[in-house]
Amino acid sequence: MEKRMTGAQMVLQALEDHGVEVVFGYPGGAVLPIYDALFEDQDRVKHILVRHEQGAGHAAEGYARSTGKPGVVVVTSGPGATNMVTPLTDALMDSIPMVCITGQVATHLIGSDAFQECDTVGITRPSTKHNWLVKSIEELPRILHEAFYVATHGRPGPVVVDIPKNIQFATGIYVGPKNIEHKTYHPRVKGDSERIRAAVALLAGAKRPVFYTGGGVINSGPEATRLLRELAKLTGFPVTSTLMGLGAFPASDPQWLGMLGMHGTFEANNAMHDCDVMVAVGARFDDRITGRLDAFSPGSKKIHIDIDPSSINKNVRVDIPIIGDVANVLADMLTVWRAEKPAIDKAALKAWWQQIDAWRGRKSLAYRRRADEIMPQYAVERLFAATRGHDTYITTEVGQHQMWAAQFFHFDEPNRWVTSGGLGTMGFGLPAAVGIQAAHPDSLVIDIAGDASVLMTMQELSTAVQHDLPVKIFILNNQYMGMVRQWQQLLHGNRLSHSYMESLPDFVKLAEAYGCVGFRAEKPDELDDAIAEMISVKRPVLFDCRVAMLANCFPMIPSGKAHNEMLLGEDIPDEEIATAIDDAGKLLV
Amino acid sequence: MNPQPASPYFIEERHDLEETHTLALVVDNEPGVLARVIGLFSGRGYNIESLTVSETSHARHISRITIVTTGVRAVIEQIKHQLERMVPVHSVNDLTLDGRALERELALVKVAGTGEKRVEALRLADAFRASVIDANVDYFVFELTGRTSKIEQFIAIMGPLGLVEVCRTGIAALSRGAAGMIE
Repeated sequence: MEKRMTGAQMVLQALEDHGVEVVFGYPGGAVLPIYDALFEDQDRVKHILVRHEQGAGHAAEGYARSTGKPGVVVVTSGPGATNMVTPLTDALMDSIPMVCITGQVATHLIGSDAFQECDTVGITRPSTKHNWLVKSIEELPRILHEAFYVATHGRPGPVVVDIPKNIQFATGIYVGPKNIEHKTYHPRVKGDSERIRAAVALLAGAKRPVFYTGGGVINSGPEATRLLRELAKLTGFPVTSTLMGLGAFPASDPQWLGMLGMHGTFEANNAMHDCDVMVAVGARFDDRITGRLDAFSPGSKKIHIDIDPSSINKNVRVDIPIIGDVANVLADMLTVWRAEKPAIDKAALKAWWQQIDAWRGRKSLAYRRRADEIMPQYAVERLFAATRGHDTYITTEVGQHQMWAAQFFHFDEPNRWVTSGGLGTMGFGLPAAVGIQAAHPDSLVIDIAGDASVLMTMQELSTAVQHDLPVKIFILNNQYMGMVRQWQQLLHGNRLSHSYMESLPDFVKLAEAYGCVGFRAEKPDELDDAIAEMISVKRPVLFDCRVAMLANCFPMIPSGKAHNEMLLGEDIPDEEIATAIDDAGKLLV
Repeated sequence: MNPQPASPYFIEERHDLEETHTLALVVDNEPGVLARVIGLFSGRGYNIESLTVSETSHARHISRITIVTTGVRAVIEQIKHQLERMVPVHSVNDLTLDGRALERELALVKVAGTGEKRVEALRLADAFRASVIDANVDYFVFELTGRTSKIEQFIAIMGPLGLVEVCRTGIAALSRGAAGMIE
């Protein structure tokens, strides 16, 4: 289609042409023409007004992570753009598709230090997959379509389109997204068939195999999840996953080992350490996963499936790299497997499962329940139990509560678990929940939060109230930055420097002040009823769950240690905690 | 044992040798493309020994960037992959892979002085095949083209003979053989 319209109308037309139903944003001087176009035709796209641009960004991430579609943000120039830097970086680290439209001062003012001017493309260059400053109305339609293309193709990521105000007012010819082909960006999706053959041969001969799956499986889409499950069933091999990959393989499946990494299960980490063939699927050997690199899975041959060539051999050298889209490569692997019908070493595999069962017997997630205090793990377990039968999405903030949520809330489907993995952004979960609820109005959306994190973006409760988004903010309140405190105990001789949150607000009153519903539970026997009530309320809820103040998150691979050197359980003597990390490890985060 | 650097990552002790590679990039000549490339090097802690950039096809808005970088082999590989995945990058060619690339640098060298030193500077410039592109009774500006080692040697020699200032272009490079590089 070709039609004459203003730049602002082109933005809305492009959103419509790319199937965007919801945008998150905050108006300001440099985006007024776009907001005027929104006003003109309010049914075209639903706009969620946030309270801070960072909230818009995380809400768009929640939308994208729960739907697989790009999240869209509209913010103004200057502070609007700089406030987006955190969510853009968050989306970049976790490979989340996001299109952020920023207003900019008029082209003739650029470079003059105009009011609310900043070098948006300069500032966001390292925080985006790509960004554009639109310099003429003629190039605006092409750039808008390229923005959606780049955000969603290859390894997904955030993009910024910076549109000066005079270009939003200018009139030009809009050309639709059909037949727009990108000049240079053509990521490879199909894996090399020779390597796929070699990978199948290696897998078939494995005696102690393990699938190590990551967020790439989720990003690749539902087909990748289906194929991963099919391949796991066909081979009978154990599966573990990163924090980002939870839900791709069902947690209720007997082949599931639980999450791996720094706070992963004993069985998952030991399986990684002792395996002879590792298949990394859409995972990037992050430092939270590998632990000490020179002791990482020393005896294994490694197959690595990833769409981004720069992920290959970045941290860990692999034997068979396969560049391509996870779904595409898994489909080819299944075809080869079915055609060749390789004989698996069943005896070896049986012994391997026996070994895994022995590790499982250590019950690395066990904790001691208390009658007078709510243990945070128990709170998550009860929350999980209470939400069975509901269509549930979980977000988190960052810290101990995030790890307990990952350990004790179990996911059988992808896109249900939404957490800030790579960047580790405190304050992510509340706005992300708002974004998910906007995409799934009738679902149960719960942010498992910490008392410190939740205060960073608390203002978005007001957004939830305004737009009737009944998110549930379930705060595991231990009055500490728990993970900071845990590391101070491990690294700094229990000198708890500024990790205690004095003067926390009364969360119940705060909920009421925002027009939400507040709940508080202080004893284990109050918990179930309060959770049930929270779920039944069809309004936003702030739930103050008072938990044991000094509980720590275990099991744990201390910094600088290997997968088979985990700290297990709560009953570790203080000296062992104090000496768990050596001097070299103390330098690491 | 060396103390580990304060880094969030586990740095393996690497004993591999550092290599110098000359990379040629074909990029879309869009605004900010050079900033993107340089930002990648500074942001990820890679080295730039030399950088040359110019538009090579006006009609297609294509530029060629030549970067000389050093690192152990794994880092060089990582640099290439990181460059390749940038949206405006058409292709990345490692000119060092098939033997030494043809590399030339141009330098403008200003030397001031009179008497013996002036005569000696002119004599040496002749030996290096540097040409005089500007002069007066008290100075010369020499133009010199050649490999980096030749330029450095010339500059070193001019030091005691009245060297005033130097401007170097950085390295321009092509691969050997009949084939051109992939665009």
